Amino acid sequence: MVELISILIIYGVLLGSLTGAAILIWFERRLLGIWQDRLGPNRVGPLGIGLALADVIKLFAKEDWIPPFADRLMFVLAPMAVMIAMLMGFAILPYAPGIHVADLNIGLLFFLGMTSLAVYSVLLGGLSSNNKYALLGGLRAAAQMVSYEVFMGLSLMGVVMLTGSFSLVEIVNYQQEHTWFIIPQFVGFVVFMIAGIAESHRLPFDLPEAEHELVAGFHTEYSGMKFGMFMVGEYLGVILISAIIAVIFFGGWLGPDFLPPIIWFAIKTFIFICFFILLRAAIPRPRYDQLMSFGWKYMLPLTLINLLATGAIVLWLQA
Amino acid sequence: MINTIWSQLVTLYRVLLHTFTPADTVQYPEEMPYLAPRYRGRIVLTRDPDGEERCVACNLCAVVCPVDCIALQKTEDQDGRWYPEFFRINFSRCIMCGMCEEACPTYAIQLTPDFEMCEYDRQKMVYEKEHLLISGQGKYPGYSFYGVAGKTIKGKAKGEALNEEEPVDIRSLLP
Repeated sequence: MVELISILIIYGVLLGSLTGAAILIWFERRLLGIWQDRLGPNRVGPLGIGLALADVIKLFAKEDWIPPFADRLMFVLAPMAVMIAMLMGFAILPYAPGIHVADLNIGLLFFLGMTSLAVYSVLLGGLSSNNKYALLGGLRAAAQMVSYEVFMGLSLMGVVMLTGSFSLVEIVNYQQEHTWFIIPQFVGFVVFMIAGIAESHRLPFDLPEAEHELVAGFHTEYSGMKFGMFMVGEYLGVILISAIIAVIFFGGWLGPDFLPPIIWFAIKTFIFICFFILLRAAIPRPRYDQLMSFGWKYMLPLTLINLLATGAIVLWLQA
Repeated sequence: MINTIWSQLVTLYRVLLHTFTPADTVQYPEEMPYLAPRYRGRIVLTRDPDGEERCVACNLCAVVCPVDCIALQKTEDQDGRWYPEFFRINFSRCIMCGMCEEACPTYAIQLTPDFEMCEYDRQKMVYEKEHLLISGQGKYPGYSFYGVAGKTIKGKAKGEALNEEEPVDIRSLLP
C-alpha cells in the first residue's frame, strides 16, 4: 500500500511537471501578450490552451535532423541531460506533508548538483553542434552558469545554518515553528532569485540563447524533439526554481487552513513562475561583461556578507 | 548601481500595470478593422458617367509602376475612343504603392480599401481586364475624360468639350 502510494506520487510528479512545462509554453506567451497589450495565442481550443498540445504534436512530427558535421553522440546526449537533470530536481521537492518522492537529508545539495549537471547539456549542445553561433552560446553558458552557481549555493547556506539541515522537509518544518525565511534571509532570497534566473538561462540572463545576436545560441542546430527537450528542460527549470524559492523562502506548503497544503504550494510556485515571465517581459538583456562583473563584483560579496552576518547571529543567539 | 536597480524595479512595476490595460489587438476575421476610404488595396478600373471605360491605354501606369506588374495594349474602336485591348495586373508582384493611380490622367485606375485577395494558386493572382473593370465610377463621380479633352470622337466634335473654345478657322480673313 505504501509502495503503491509512493509509485502514484512518482508518476504524478513526473506527469505533472512535464504537463506543466508544456502548458507553461502557452501560458508564457499568453502572459507576455497581456503585458505587451496584445492577446497572445488564443485560437486553439478555449483561451488557446490547445496550443500546448498542438506544439507537442508539431515537435514530435518534425524531422529529427542531425547535421552531418555534428558530433553525433554528444549531439544526441545533450538535450537528454537537461531534461533528466531537471526532472531529478523535482524528486526532492516536498509538495505537502508526506507527499514527496524522496526526502533526502542532503536534498538541497542534490538540487544544486542537478542544476549544475544541466550546464553540461548546454555546454555539450553548443560544442557538438560544430557551429559558430552554438559554440559562442555554449561558451557564454559555461562562464555564466559556473560563475552564478557559486553564489547560488552560497546564498542558500544562510538558510541551512539557521535550520541546521539540508533536508527540504526540515526547512519547511523550521519555517512553521519560526517564520518564513523571506524575512531573516531577504538578501539570500534576492541573490538566489537572480542566480536562479541565470541558472535556468531565462531572460534577462538568456545570453546562451540570445536570439538577437546568436540566432538561437547553443541550440541553433537542433530541431524536432531534441529542440523540444531543450525547451521542456528550460521550462522545467523555471518551474523547479520557482518551487524551490517557494519551499525555501516562502514556507512551501504552509498557509492558512482553508486551503489544502498542496494548493498553497501550487499557488506560491505559480506566483514565482509569473514573476519569471514578468522579468522576461520587462527587463532587457545585459551585455556579457556586465553580466560577469555584476555576478562577481556585487552578488558574490553580498552573499558572503549575508553568510557572515547570519553566522554571527546564529552564534550570538546560541551564546 | 542603486539607480540601476531602482530603474529595473520601476520597469517591472510599470510593465505589471499593463495587466490592466486592454489589448490593442483587432481580432481580424471576426472583427473587421476600419479601412480609410483612401486605403491602398486591390486595384480597379473605373468607368465614366456614360458607362464607358475611362482607361485610354496611355501606358503611364505601366511606366510608373516600380515593380512592372501592369501590362496593357492600346487599341481604338470605330468611334475613335482609345481603350486597352487587354489590361493585366499581376497582384503577386503589386506592392500597392498607388503610383499608377497618381499617374493616371483619366482617373481610370484606382486603389480600393480591400486587401482580402489571397489565393492558393499563384496564377490566380494575375487579374485580367474583366476582373479589374467595375461598373461604377469609383472615387471621382461625374468625371469624363472625353468630356473635357479636345480629342474628337463620334458624337463629340472639336469645340464641344467642357470649357473648350470653338475651333479657329485659320484660313478666314474675318476678324
